[in-house]
Amino acid sequence: MLGIKNFRDLWQIAKKDLLEFRRDHLRLATFFIMPMFMMILTGFIFPNQNTLKNIPIGIANQDNQEISQKLVDAVTNIKLSPDNPPAFSIKNYNNLDDIKGAIKKQEISGGLFIPADFSSRVAQNTQAEVTIVEDQSNPQISQTVNQVLMKTVEGFSQQLGLQKISQILIAKNSVPQNNPSISDQVISIFAPIKSVISGIIPGNPNYFEFVAPGIMAMVVMTAVLTGLAAAISREKEQGTLDGILISPISRLSIILGKAMAQSVRGLIQGAIVLLLAILLFGVTVHGNILLILLLLLLGIFSFVGLGILVSAIATEQETATQLLFMFQFPMLFLSGTFFPILLMPTFMQKIAHIIPLTYAVNAIRKVMVLGAGFGAVKTEFFILLIFGAVTLAISVPIFKRVITR
Amino acid sequence: MENIIEVRNLTKKFRSFAAVDNISFNIERGEIFGFLGPNGAGKSTTIRMLTTLMRPTSGEATVNDHDVVKKQDMVRKHIGLVAEKIILYDRLTARENLEFFGQLYNLSKEEIGSRTKKWIEKLHMTEWMNAQVSTFSTGMKQRINIVRALLTQPMILFLDEPTLGLDPQTTHLIREFIRELNGHGVTVLLTTHDMIEAEALCDRVAIIDHGKIAACDTVKNLKKTVKDKKNPTLEDVFLAITGKEIRDTTKGRAISGAGMMHGINKPNNRVR
Repeated sequence: MLGIKNFRDLWQIAKKDLLEFRRDHLRLATFFIMPMFMMILTGFIFPNQNTLKNIPIGIANQDNQEISQKLVDAVTNIKLSPDNPPAFSIKNYNNLDDIKGAIKKQEISGGLFIPADFSSRVAQNTQAEVTIVEDQSNPQISQTVNQVLMKTVEGFSQQLGLQKISQILIAKNSVPQNNPSISDQVISIFAPIKSVISGIIPGNPNYFEFVAPGIMAMVVMTAVLTGLAAAISREKEQGTLDGILISPISRLSIILGKAMAQSVRGLIQGAIVLLLAILLFGVTVHGNILLILLLLLLGIFSFVGLGILVSAIATEQETATQLLFMFQFPMLFLSGTFFPILLMPTFMQKIAHIIPLTYAVNAIRKVMVLGAGFGAVKTEFFILLIFGAVTLAISVPIFKRVITR
Repeated sequence: MENIIEVRNLTKKFRSFAAVDNISFNIERGEIFGFLGPNGAGKSTTIRMLTTLMRPTSGEATVNDHDVVKKQDMVRKHIGLVAEKIILYDRLTARENLEFFGQLYNLSKEEIGSRTKKWIEKLHMTEWMNAQVSTFSTGMKQRINIVRALLTQPMILFLDEPTLGLDPQTTHLIREFIRELNGHGVTVLLTTHDMIEAEALCDRVAIIDHGKIAACDTVKNLKKTVKDKKNPTLEDVFLAITGKEIRDTTKGRAISGAGMMHGINKPNNRVR
């Protein structure tokens, strides 16, 4: 089907498109800035371990004994990592109602109320109670604040528990005093089961390692999709496409040449994203870079057919852009780039699974974050291949027909 | 004389609107054939069909004995086109443009250079070859555009209003150039609104209106058909045949074929 001449024609067209692109300084600037923008934005606005800092919360301590003061200190000094500022900035209030009032005024994003009988109850071996007040106007923040506060109170409570149990054991002479293994024994009574989390790769992946592969796949594929449609409709509008159509080269070479130019651009953008992810956001690539590149290429392949179809149908650049925007927007949210597909409602999950980007993102994520090899991404590989082949088989004949009506 | 273009019952319909309505004519080898008509008469649509850029709805046409539908690539090898819009990339230099289009015809850079050198000199563009086309005036662009159309060393050159919007000097230069090309044996199909241009250049003219050919003859013979005036000009002939009604409305017939092709219901703005 494709001869040497086709490849040469295709190359001429790709080369011309890239040369034109290189001379367009404005487009060139946005070409580099766009992926950086995407990365920096998503890298910094989405929550990660470093985001929780200096969140204002209120504390009303009506007890004011040594033991409740220790709890307040524990809350005040929470740091999520050693280099960070404290997670909370504390404001003091008199009672529960004051805290609630301050939340209503949005002065604080949560609160902790320690009642007057707190230390006496602890001392009397009855269960003491503290109240965590949540800011229901902001579920995302209150969820994290609640979690951190609950964990702190729980930890504090556990410590008290350990102290009490060891005191009892020592008092009953069940264990000898000053035995170094005493705390181990006490823990084994207090918490007989301990869970250990084991990952596949060393270290703790942050949210960014989850998004980076998705952003990469998305940037590359949308660049190709919109780029291809825009490139063809622009030439239609300017009339230069006639100059190509009138020469004795195959329509397939024209469209593939254009697709090739866009693919080169897309891959460069993908490389920028990858580089930024590694340098700026500390993402480690655990898998084979060549396999990632191959998957990106395959992702492009799966999108080219759609791009050709749109550029065949749309007569003006604006129409093409609008048409594609309609596809792009849902794709962005449904492909699992930002939100895990498993957390979507079943119906949405079904839609997600007919979008090729989903498979590309999935496969690249597996390779990049988990260091998976080809065997682990075989399914995605073939789905993308088939998707591309089918859309191309549909769109190329349509393009050929429509381009010279 | 032998016919280089033969058109039989050629029709192009856009939905129910016939932009070109069952026309037939021949162009002889070596002549300059003028294609005159009001805006939206069907001139450009006819040229697009003859240059394989558009498929006829019915009828047939041959260019150099090759059918424009069945033997597209053979037709493409023998023609050059200066279309309504200038076919050059603004961000490329004149030379890069010529090299790009030449390579689509399998020509090497050396061949492109040697083929175009004398045309570039004749059109006074030698010193501008390495400048980006975006910096050119309309006249300069059109001169390079003509050189581009000549890359194939065409037997037939299609010129769709080649002097529209150009200054008198460039217009004169291009007319002389067309005449010289014709002297070398190139057949020319020229559309124009300029009656002086048509009269000065064309051996024969066809007046096309409402998608049909209203008259087709030598300028001299056409003038004889105007009875009510002494020494009639070609303009008199044109107005006598097509009437004095203005056509540039957006309704009905005056929609340009190019606009219809792109599915746009407005006359195409010319970019020059």
